[in-house]
Amino acid sequence: MSLAQLSLYEQAIIVFAALVLFTSFIMLAQARMLPLIFAFAWQGVLLAVATALVAYVSGHPHLYISVGLTVALKVFLIPWLLYRLALRLGIQHEAENIRHPSLLLLAGAALVVFSYYVALPIVRLSGLATRNTVAVSIAVVLVGMLLMIARKKAVAQVIGFMSIENGLFFAAVVSTYGMPLIVELGVAFDVLVAAILFGVFFFHMRESFDTLDVDRLNRLSEAHESILTHDEAADAAAAGERP
Amino acid sequence: MTAHAFLAWALALAQTLALAAAAPLLAGWIKRVKCRSQNRAAPPLWQPYRDLAKLARKDVVLADNASWLFRAAPYVVCAATLLAAAAVPFFAVDLPTAAIADVIVIAGFFALARFFTALAGLDVGTAFGGMGSAREMMVGALAEPAMLMAVFTLSMTASSTNVASAVDYVLNAGLVLRPSFLFALLALAMVAVAETGRIPVDNPATHLELTMLHEAMILEYSGRHLALIEWASQIKLAIYAVLIANLFLPWGIAQEFTPAALGLGVLAIAAKLGALGVVLVVWETVLAKMRLFRVPQFLGFAFLLALLGMLTFVVLEAGG
Amino acid sequence: MALTLAYLAILVAAVSGLAALPFGARRRLAQRLVFLLLGAAGVLAIAAGAAALLAGLEQRGELALGLPWLHWQMRLDALSGFFFVLIGVVVLATSFYGPGYLREYERAPRPIAVLHLATGVFVAGMLLVVLADDALSFMIAWELMSVASYLLVTFEHERGANRRAGFLYLLMAHVGALAILLAFGVLAAFGGGFAFAQMAAAELTPLWATAAFAFALAGFGAKAGLVPLHAWLPEAHPVAPSHVSALMSGVMLKVAIYGFVRVTYGLIGQYYWGWGLLLLVLGAASALAGVLYAIQQNELKRLLAYSSIENVGIVFLGIGLSLIFLGAGHPVLGTLGLVAALYHAFNHALFKGLLFLGAGAVIMRTHERDLEHMGGLIRRMPVTAGLFLVGSIAISALPPFNGFVSEWLTFQTALRAPVLDGGVESAVLRSLIPLAAAALALTGALAAACFIKAYGIAFLGRPRTRHVARAREVSPGMLAGMALLASGCLLLGVLPTPVIAALAPLTRLLLHVELPQATASGWLWLTPVAPAVASYSAPLVAVAIALVFALGYVLLKRRARPPRHTPAWDCGFGGLTARMQYSSTGFAMPMRRVFAPAWRIEERVETTPGPDALGRPRAIRHVLHVLDWSWLKAYVPIGRLVLAAARRIGALQAGSIHTYLVYSFVTLLVLLVVQWLVAAA
Repeated sequence: MSLAQLSLYEQAIIVFAALVLFTSFIMLAQARMLPLIFAFAWQGVLLAVATALVAYVSGHPHLYISVGLTVALKVFLIPWLLYRLALRLGIQHEAENIRHPSLLLLAGAALVVFSYYVALPIVRLSGLATRNTVAVSIAVVLVGMLLMIARKKAVAQVIGFMSIENGLFFAAVVSTYGMPLIVELGVAFDVLVAAILFGVFFFHMRESFDTLDVDRLNRLSEAHESILTHDEAADAAAAGERP
Repeated sequence: MTAHAFLAWALALAQTLALAAAAPLLAGWIKRVKCRSQNRAAPPLWQPYRDLAKLARKDVVLADNASWLFRAAPYVVCAATLLAAAAVPFFAVDLPTAAIADVIVIAGFFALARFFTALAGLDVGTAFGGMGSAREMMVGALAEPAMLMAVFTLSMTASSTNVASAVDYVLNAGLVLRPSFLFALLALAMVAVAETGRIPVDNPATHLELTMLHEAMILEYSGRHLALIEWASQIKLAIYAVLIANLFLPWGIAQEFTPAALGLGVLAIAAKLGALGVVLVVWETVLAKMRLFRVPQFLGFAFLLALLGMLTFVVLEAGG
Repeated sequence: MALTLAYLAILVAAVSGLAALPFGARRRLAQRLVFLLLGAAGVLAIAAGAAALLAGLEQRGELALGLPWLHWQMRLDALSGFFFVLIGVVVLATSFYGPGYLREYERAPRPIAVLHLATGVFVAGMLLVVLADDALSFMIAWELMSVASYLLVTFEHERGANRRAGFLYLLMAHVGALAILLAFGVLAAFGGGFAFAQMAAAELTPLWATAAFAFALAGFGAKAGLVPLHAWLPEAHPVAPSHVSALMSGVMLKVAIYGFVRVTYGLIGQYYWGWGLLLLVLGAASALAGVLYAIQQNELKRLLAYSSIENVGIVFLGIGLSLIFLGAGHPVLGTLGLVAALYHAFNHALFKGLLFLGAGAVIMRTHERDLEHMGGLIRRMPVTAGLFLVGSIAISALPPFNGFVSEWLTFQTALRAPVLDGGVESAVLRSLIPLAAAALALTGALAAACFIKAYGIAFLGRPRTRHVARAREVSPGMLAGMALLASGCLLLGVLPTPVIAALAPLTRLLLHVELPQATASGWLWLTPVAPAVASYSAPLVAVAIALVFALGYVLLKRRARPPRHTPAWDCGFGGLTARMQYSSTGFAMPMRRVFAPAWRIEERVETTPGPDALGRPRAIRHVLHVLDWSWLKAYVPIGRLVLAAARRIGALQAGSIHTYLVYSFVTLLVLLVVQWLVAAA
């Protein structure tokens, strides 16, 4: 089915799906903390608009509840929590050093192609107008995972985790017009709890390691303890050298 | 040759000349809006014409060891840019000159102009020229794939690489929301900024050696040579603006050769270019020039946008 | 008739070297005669090839050579005709170029007749490869070509690097030949004979067809310099004398492409999209790697050799597109891809030949191979500079020259990807083909940067050494050779439509398809798919550029006073010197930084501390090595593996004659036992 045969609303859904994917890429490349959080909030906005359009086109009013939840949680509450955390931890101006950002983005693009192949059989089965966007939602999940793999800072990891959830939610919306309401509520609650837990976790991590770099978590294993002091001395020396 | 074909060729020539003649006006308009937006006294709209006329009258001063290539380069640059101007639908579509070159050839013309400008930069043997050439080639090498990727997205949708056919396709399809067009538009706009040497990639108003790209290459030019090069870069800016305006928002362009349609076409493109000029001014006022080795990231982002445009076309629009 | 001309061309080429022997003392005369014969061979090859290509002839012949039951089969058809013309043009150009160029070698400490002999055999071998119609004569001709070119590579063998390059070259040539032999073996097993006609008639299962394809790709790809097997090429091509480099890079690589096309299209005759995809990836990787490595070279001929890898990559990309479309059932688009690839192969022969000849002229007059020592040659060698510029524009794929046309055709083929539909594989291809097109775009832009560097540093600016400042223009004969190729570049760039029309017999032969729509709009317009889809009018572009020049002259130049000459702007400090110019290394630095992972870069600054109390350095040295990953990751480990294996086996070699006798004795016993067992069974 070509794009021109769809109604304008359905075309709009597809445009917003593409934009959701685009925000995933923005997050993948964004090294600074606050813009990362804002990009996540924008993804929530686009997701909510797309969901609302799906609700309107398909005539499933229960999706409006999902829209409300999305706006409340993913556009306002969680970004606000993260924002406050970033301010309190004093990391709002920090930028992560991403190695080979262009390769990372190309890897993301490869994931889009991959999810397209994966989604093809599903697309063949589905009769919905929005079926092509299933590939996009899978891609959002995969790119979110890539974000978690490639980044070191804990905040980026949380954002990656949340965007995986965004992808799953979007997949449910476009493939079956949403999950049962109770499941959605449960997932939303889980995400909220996760966000709060992460906040607590940040503080502990910061207290124990004086950093939010999740690479340091490997020091929790005892075998590394002897190396720890040596490593830290080297780190301190390196930090001193830096202009 | 039939009367209609003759009229078409005459119109095509007129359109090319009109684009070339209007290019300094666009430059003057951008300058004026920019000055106004920054609370400065603005030069008159026709100031670029005055500058060009004055440069064309002035004598040429050549460096001692400038070769024939240095003197030929401005003409090649100008010729390539004019050819590109001939292939772009300005106020009317379906003109015969559009068939001379499709969009890949237009990119080729720009590459030819860049090739000769860069060689001219190396010819005199000063450090400035070499620096400008090396930097320009870096920018150009990264901008060209991004530009081609963006136009490939369009040409795959329209199933044609001819700009005129693509414009016709968009006109006939009516209003269709295409995410791929959105990405391609953004990518093309970023490439246009880089290719025409605007902020944040290059600063057309600077002569500070550490910040300039294009100006460094043409530092040794004077008189009519400089006039040709300046004119060519104004035409290049106009071509990019017209490409963006007519490929993505072609409404208003003349599809038949009646006076009413042509008049509407002229008005429509004038309005579109005026609006694009304002957008460019806002963009340039908001952003600061980036350091040189941020430019690859900027262009890499443009390439990513174009790539996403292509992928969304394949995934979302082409059907499965 | 055409076949007779072809035989004659081979014969004349083969004996051209011998002509030098009787005139040992009178070298000039001998050289004239040798190159006269070589030129005659070139003309004959062009005539034979053109007759076969344009008329679509297919003539077979048999030479009473080879095995008693398998005489050498020869065939001249449109495909061989195309490559005959290609070889002939470059050979003709070298024959103009050679006499002047070889003055340089007259005082060489070794007999120049060896060079002539090897060159003649080399050219004859290449022509014979293209003419061969059975596997045996093909392999013999192939070996003739390889061994003769080995002698040419090691001609200046007093330099250790040349001997090493020659050894590497011979090694890779034979590894490649082995793979080709295996491909023929598979085909012969199914076809029941070594004649190409029998192989073409063979009914291969898809698995064995793929095996034959893979062997052919490995063999011909190694010879053509495909990534990751390319590392020998930039070692071997530049060290030969320049007219031979032109033949090797311009023509011998094309012979490898001929072999690949002949085996894939002519003998296997089955097409699968997976093969095309493999070629697409390899081609794009070769194109990008080739140009990225080329950009970092400071030695002119090495730069050109790396750029050959790039162009071979573009050719293979076109063939890959062709196979994809053929495999997916779009024969017209498949044909278009093949035409684009062959067009590019011809173009590359022209401009790479031209550039190598130009580089030879520069090296002959300046005795410098390093770009960092050149500069300002446009004022000392204006004609060479103009011709080299033509080559540089053409290879950078800029309109209105020939390189642009073939890349444009490749783009047009790639952009038809949306016609592929149905099945998962078409989804794969639809999303990957545009990426290959983007890689091609990046390659083109980088090639422009590379040749701006080569041209700008060598010919523009100020001379960087005294030799270069005193360079003279080369002889008219050498210029004529280059001008021949340069005019070919312009002609093929401005008149693409007749060229494609001339290729119709070739595509009809291989694929039974022509491209009527490409030439439907007359000679002025090139419309590969349909006029509404894409069109390009190279003649009009050329006319328009000329028109702007004329207008500019009339309106601006004629009325103006002559320009005033003053020193260049030096910021008021005074005294611009040649050392203040951008260097070749400096020009490539932004690329080195942007594409850093593409090379293994070793860069350091060595400071020699001075004697004074302040510790001011006496000397600062910047050391930069840009190394080839394929060398480090493919060649070195394999070499190490082979050495280790050899050492194990070497343990057998104890050095005692008694041990060797025991080996022989045991072998004999074992063989007898085997014989007995076989007989008993």
